[in-house]
Amino acid sequence: MSTLESGLYRLGWLDEFSGRDTPLHRIDPRAKVLATVVFLVCVVSLGKYQLLALLPFVIFPIVLMSESGMPPRELSVRLAIAAPFALVVGVFNPLLDQAVVGTLGPLAVTGGWVSYASIMMRFLLTTSAALMLIATTGMTGVCAGIERLGVPDVLSTQLLFLYRYIFVLAEEVMRLARARSLRSFDNRGMGIRVYGSILGHLLLRSIARAQRVFDAMQCRGFDGHVRTRSVLRMTGRDWTFLLGWSALFVVFRFVNVPLLVGGLVTKVIS
Amino acid sequence: MSHHSISVRDLGFAYPDGTRALHDVSFEIGHGESIAIVGANGAGKSTLLMHMNGLHSAAEGSVRIGDVPVTASTLSGIRKTVGMVFQDPDDQLFMPTVGQDVGFGPLNLGLPEDEIDARVDDALTRVGALALKDRPPYRLSGGEKRAVAIATVLAMCPDILVMDEPTSNLDPRARRRLIELLGTFEHTKIIATHDLDMALDLCERTIIIANGTIAADGPTRDIFADEALLDACQLEQPLVMQGCPVCGHDRDGAAVVLSAAPLG
Repeated sequence: MSTLESGLYRLGWLDEFSGRDTPLHRIDPRAKVLATVVFLVCVVSLGKYQLLALLPFVIFPIVLMSESGMPPRELSVRLAIAAPFALVVGVFNPLLDQAVVGTLGPLAVTGGWVSYASIMMRFLLTTSAALMLIATTGMTGVCAGIERLGVPDVLSTQLLFLYRYIFVLAEEVMRLARARSLRSFDNRGMGIRVYGSILGHLLLRSIARAQRVFDAMQCRGFDGHVRTRSVLRMTGRDWTFLLGWSALFVVFRFVNVPLLVGGLVTKVIS
Repeated sequence: MSHHSISVRDLGFAYPDGTRALHDVSFEIGHGESIAIVGANGAGKSTLLMHMNGLHSAAEGSVRIGDVPVTASTLSGIRKTVGMVFQDPDDQLFMPTVGQDVGFGPLNLGLPEDEIDARVDDALTRVGALALKDRPPYRLSGGEKRAVAIATVLAMCPDILVMDEPTSNLDPRARRRLIELLGTFEHTKIIATHDLDMALDLCERTIIIANGTIAADGPTRDIFADEALLDACQLEQPLVMQGCPVCGHDRDGAAVVLSAAPLG
């Protein structure tokens, strides 16, 4: 299977998973979206050396995983796909920032390594939270949620269509790629010039398809506004989910829990 | 005059690049008729269909649906009357779930909630796809997609159904089911197709388009019996009208000579 094919398969898997029926899946999308936003803001707003303070946040993706029945393997495969970006982003930190901020036994730990680790930690936290949001809500739910939260119609519709047609587009890319590789021998024909032409074709096909989709929408009375029938209702459970998690994240953000616990433990021991 | 009739007069159309796609096209379609529009690739079939509900506006001549001319100001009414099923169901199914997609049209018509529910269920039941209601469209098979695409149009309760290649890309069983389904509809039907066997099954009248204009218009059996005409328009007789290559008999058991099927 090509990378694209397996990527498509994984996207499809996630989509199917989001259709499950667990208490977590049934939570109102708005509650999950907002709780995730609070989580993201709290995680990314911590200082670059506050590695320890990041640790408690792990509880959110872990609880979501166990409550929704998401296999850890499926989540880690998807994290691994995005990991190279994060790895590259912080790769120069240990070289540029060599100030020693502490010692770990005989090893001196520099600020660069700490900030690099904190970048990786943030990446793991934010990406797994976002993945769990999609896995428990589905793209449709997320779009409906953000629309009801007052995000402009244009944006949520775009997102919805992007998701709907990514499958069609990816299949088109796959067919083009297959057709090319079947007629490329000894890597001739695999160069950048052919890429240009393929991308051009894709663009033209996408424009033609967009026109046809628009025609089909017009035939059924589209007037620039996609109407959806929202059956969303925030219940007590949804509010508890939203407020409970948000409060916890804010505490984690402003109170360094591991340090506090560590301090308490040492006090008790001594 | 009924809303179910269509009148096309001296229709002509050219694409912006100057390609002349249609010229001097005139025909009348009466209430409840089933018409096949056949022709070679690029003959102008799809362009003609696009005029039936105003996706293209007539550059020359006119198109009338019932008493109403197709113009910019009458479009919304026309589109309620004329339901269009596109060739590629992926173009037509753009909402996240089948149920939402079928409800898209009725919702835009501003119908009350319970009426929308009833229409969605009714349309899906008619095409035998009620079980697919909560599925995302991209997870359906080709035949299912086609059935749902038809349901999206039925839910708007149109008087006239316009279909572009409804049987393309379907396996034989799905194709047969679709033909049976279309046979149960009492709408006025216009079907552009290369599937001449389907045209023979469903349409009592056929219009052949060749080079952007009408080459023939008449009873389907008469038209498909005229081999010289079909040949000139780059078409072939439907398979059921050709002799069996094994036994040399047609489906009624009569012996036929391959090149001159005696039908009419």
